[in-house]
Amino acid sequence: MAEGTEEKQMEAQGTPKIRSWLKSGLQSTLPQIIAVFLAFLVGAAVLLATGHSPVDAYSAMLSGAFGDIFGIGQTFTQATPIIFTALAFSFASKCGLFNIGAEGQLIVGAFGAALVGISFSGLPAFVHIPMALLAGALAGGLWGFIPAILKTKLGAHEVITTMMLSYVATYLTSYMVNYPFKAPGWVAQTVPIAMSAQLPRILEPTQVSASIFFAVALAGLTHYTLQRTTFGYEVRATGLNLTAAENGGINVKREMILALVISGAIAGLGGAGEVLGVHRRFIDGFSPGYGWDGLAVALVGALHPVGVLLAAALFGALRSGGMTMTRVTGVPLDIVVILQALVVLFVTAPVLIRYILRRGGHKG
Amino acid sequence: MINVGLFAAAVRMATPIVFASLGGIFSERVGIINVGLEGMMLTSAFSGVAITFFTGNPWLGVLAAILAGGLLGLLHALLTVKFIGNQIVSGTGINIFALGFTAYMSQVLWGSRGASETVQGLNVVAVPLLQDIPIIGEIIGKHTPLVYLMLIITVLCYIVLFRTPLGLRIRAVGENPAASDTAGIDVFRIKYQCVMISGMLAGLGGAFLSLGHLNLFAWGMTGGRGFIALAAMIFGNWMPFGAFGASLLFGFADALQMRLQALGLLPPQIILTIPYVVTIAVLAGMVGRAAPPSDYKPYSKE
Amino acid sequence: MSPAIQMKSITKTFPGVLANDKIDFIVEKGEIHGLLGENGAGKTVLMSILYGLFQPDEGQIYVNEKQVTMDSPATAIGLGIGMVHQHFMLVPSLTVAENVILGREPTKDKVLLDMDKTLKDVKASCERYNLEVDLKAPIYTLPVGVQQRVEILKALYRGADILILDEPTSVLTPQEAAELFRAVRALKDQGKTVVFISHKLREVLWICDRITVLKRGKVVGTVRVEDTDLGELAKMMVGREVIYRFEKKPINGREVVLKVASLKALDDRGLPALKGIDLEVYASEILGVAGVEGNGQSELVETLTGLRKSTEGRILLNNTEITAASPEERIRLGISHVPEDRHKRGLIPDFSVMENLILGSHNRPPFARQGVILDYKETSSYARKLIDDFSIRTQSEETSVRHLSGGTQQRVVLARELSREPKLIIASQPTRGLDVGATEFVRNKIVEMRDHGCAVLLISADLDEIWALSDRIAVMYEGKVVAVRNPQETNEEEIGLLMAGGKSG
Repeated sequence: MAEGTEEKQMEAQGTPKIRSWLKSGLQSTLPQIIAVFLAFLVGAAVLLATGHSPVDAYSAMLSGAFGDIFGIGQTFTQATPIIFTALAFSFASKCGLFNIGAEGQLIVGAFGAALVGISFSGLPAFVHIPMALLAGALAGGLWGFIPAILKTKLGAHEVITTMMLSYVATYLTSYMVNYPFKAPGWVAQTVPIAMSAQLPRILEPTQVSASIFFAVALAGLTHYTLQRTTFGYEVRATGLNLTAAENGGINVKREMILALVISGAIAGLGGAGEVLGVHRRFIDGFSPGYGWDGLAVALVGALHPVGVLLAAALFGALRSGGMTMTRVTGVPLDIVVILQALVVLFVTAPVLIRYILRRGGHKG
Repeated sequence: MINVGLFAAAVRMATPIVFASLGGIFSERVGIINVGLEGMMLTSAFSGVAITFFTGNPWLGVLAAILAGGLLGLLHALLTVKFIGNQIVSGTGINIFALGFTAYMSQVLWGSRGASETVQGLNVVAVPLLQDIPIIGEIIGKHTPLVYLMLIITVLCYIVLFRTPLGLRIRAVGENPAASDTAGIDVFRIKYQCVMISGMLAGLGGAFLSLGHLNLFAWGMTGGRGFIALAAMIFGNWMPFGAFGASLLFGFADALQMRLQALGLLPPQIILTIPYVVTIAVLAGMVGRAAPPSDYKPYSKE
Repeated sequence: MSPAIQMKSITKTFPGVLANDKIDFIVEKGEIHGLLGENGAGKTVLMSILYGLFQPDEGQIYVNEKQVTMDSPATAIGLGIGMVHQHFMLVPSLTVAENVILGREPTKDKVLLDMDKTLKDVKASCERYNLEVDLKAPIYTLPVGVQQRVEILKALYRGADILILDEPTSVLTPQEAAELFRAVRALKDQGKTVVFISHKLREVLWICDRITVLKRGKVVGTVRVEDTDLGELAKMMVGREVIYRFEKKPINGREVVLKVASLKALDDRGLPALKGIDLEVYASEILGVAGVEGNGQSELVETLTGLRKSTEGRILLNNTEITAASPEERIRLGISHVPEDRHKRGLIPDFSVMENLILGSHNRPPFARQGVILDYKETSSYARKLIDDFSIRTQSEETSVRHLSGGTQQRVVLARELSREPKLIIASQPTRGLDVGATEFVRNKIVEMRDHGCAVLLISADLDEIWALSDRIAVMYEGKVVAVRNPQETNEEEIGLLMAGGKSG
């Protein structure tokens, strides 16, 4: 089964290369597409079983997500942090590491950026914004560094340590905005960040901020790094076959540390984007679970930048449309989480999808 | 601050972790990583309360919890054994599902996302002779039945794993499935059984959290205990008594955290981080100790 | 004589490989029947079918003249067939007794394991078949020769009358092999039937009554041992005289390329694995390291390549101290390594041929501009050149290595390691699991490198290979080099003795 022969065939027949590229892309992502479809199917069953109409719910979601400028804005606003956490998970994945603590890394990154945003004034924006972003990346990177060291020096499995740190991040930042950095008033949040630290809104009157540009750029950058640089080569080699990579002179421990730090930094940037572009302050509990969304999106997007961007748009639409759906039909918003979980479960085993397709073929 | 009551609370708070870590042992000893313990516990906690809500009988609730855990265990087994899926992804999917499903159903049943109505919980039982032993008696003399069940099941797990043919086969399947296959053992059936047992044990842990402790269901009430149970399992070297001991440690951290909060010495959020920091510290302190019982590679006949 | 086993017209195909092609195979009761063939001839597959591990695509099996469907090992065991595999089917942390009874455990009250009965029953088997083993020892503490004994005991305990031994001497010293042959003869005296799978001509001639030769999945012929000899068997096995004989050129004025002094290191469990290795490899020579696996060879390779830290001692490459150098530095200084398990250590299965070919040099020009950005054009043309030079059978340089055959994969590893123009090559079991053609290719390449001035450290459990290729032979035993000999001045018996820890006369 050699790759590229079908492509060459099609080229020989004069088919334009774009078509063949699309076709092979479609074939390799078919399991993911079917997984999404199946997830919605099972979700519909859940809705029906609990006395709701799937048609009403899904159509409300659709119109909510894309029906008007506010909906579309919400879709992109929700999608943005998810792109960051998905890239974070993907990058670590490529090195064979399971970073399920992107949520925590996002949160500390957000807080770090907020800290820089509220602590300085009178700085020009082109200084303040990068500083704040850097703070976010460093904070997230630190949150990735800790499990990295624990794993490489002490053998502690990163699944548990990143998860634990996520809880620590939530509680620590909660403490910060309930005590030392609490703004006057009832809400657990900081004071607003300085004007000079704000990321501009790019789609008035929605909340979509310039952060989305960074997200898309980062998707391209991580892909390029992984595929075209020696560092990316080493990361991928470590992820695919650690022993062979070692034999090839690669310092696998260093790669793993770098991968987790970068992973954390990416998530941290996402958090920074939320603070600087959307909320303009750090609010306790501002993330409705972007870390988990990111994980699902990374899997559905098959760890590929284009896939991740598309899947993030889908999940952003789910969240944004979900809010409308809840308002209009009264269906609890958590059906969105159920749909995400179903997607992850269906994507777990490509063998499962093939099995279902075969069974479906027999019946039909 | 440190008194007998604290240790009694430690035993109580250790109970769900013990159940889940025992579940973890069964799964990992047969070669399947189960990070979905958290989700299995949560779903079971919910199911227990839901059934109790409708029937008024908390023991039926416990049964429902076990069933829910077993079903999710079956799902995990199907995905990872039959369909050779990634074990960590499957477990994570189960965790996300649990969060969403329990929150969703909470709203459907009780109109509230945060917490359910209180239900009839399991009554605390006083064991007559045990209670009268000085000090020890106060620590373990008076608990809900699930706590005693936990003690019994810990011993049972050891007996099954190390004194029965089934246990021998379980250990063989995890360490060398090919050898077990050639010895005529049904490798796949043993894996299924163990992962389902793993879910059921997690289910008991979940049942304790809701029915044996708070008498209601609250969003995300497992609070990472499924992961802490994994740390307990590793720290206990995949042995039932070892996991029990480690879970006691974590239970103590949990009880301590609650006691400190009640005393108001430190801000609640800082105190809440204690169990998680302890877990990280425990894992960090195990340099080179952890030798898992399996290489977790999927087994195929050819 | 009545046939114990009859296999008629057995055919079995795996993806891309016709492993067994209409094979007829008959084993008489009470005989020792050799199944001879090169690596990949189909011997193990045929016997795995007999043992119920695989189902044949076509053909019938008869045991004691009754046709059977061998659907699982349990069935085979029930019919009195036992198999001792090449890779032991033992559970390391369980004891000997526990391994023997696995799958048919005696119970007390139907629930608990009856360990007393277990020990009694297994001891009885030991005595009956004259096999001495410590029943309470966990497997991982036992040496390989003893583990094999446990495997045989396992089969006999289950009532095997027909015993299949798959390449049993591949992990034994010559002396341990002699012990095995004694045990096998004793079994025959007890009325057991034995099928002896091997690729070693001399052994098969020594121990068997009749021999069936397989070549590329087909039966070439069945002969009685009295009616044949080494040469004829070799011809049957491969179709031509296969005697690997290489010209040993006299090399003058050689420098020492690799010098190892008093090297000590620990194994993965923290126990001493290298207890003071002294070694020298000269330019233009092949130093063969003979020894039974598990005497520190793996740890030696790892310390030399930089994957394992030594605790004491020094390593010098062309007089440069490299004791603390990283693997990457060692590659740059000119050490190449053909690892013993190409799947685990040698290749990255999901990388393309091209990506695998630059592993180790991937961060240097010309493959990486400024050491950072990969240059795919350079990499492709380099890959294409190597594919040509080494006759790597692949669709293109972009094909994933996973899809290549074992022999082709080893060529990729060789191409990568040898084209770096190394000063020292460390080759670890380089021809294991390869067919005749691939084996020849690998050995020729190694000799070629030696002729061009390279120093070669060859570690192989295959004594024939060591004899054929080495200019000097070193013997490793329990973490030390116990002797270094010129092949002309010694013989297999002495080497075997040294491998087993004995002193030479």
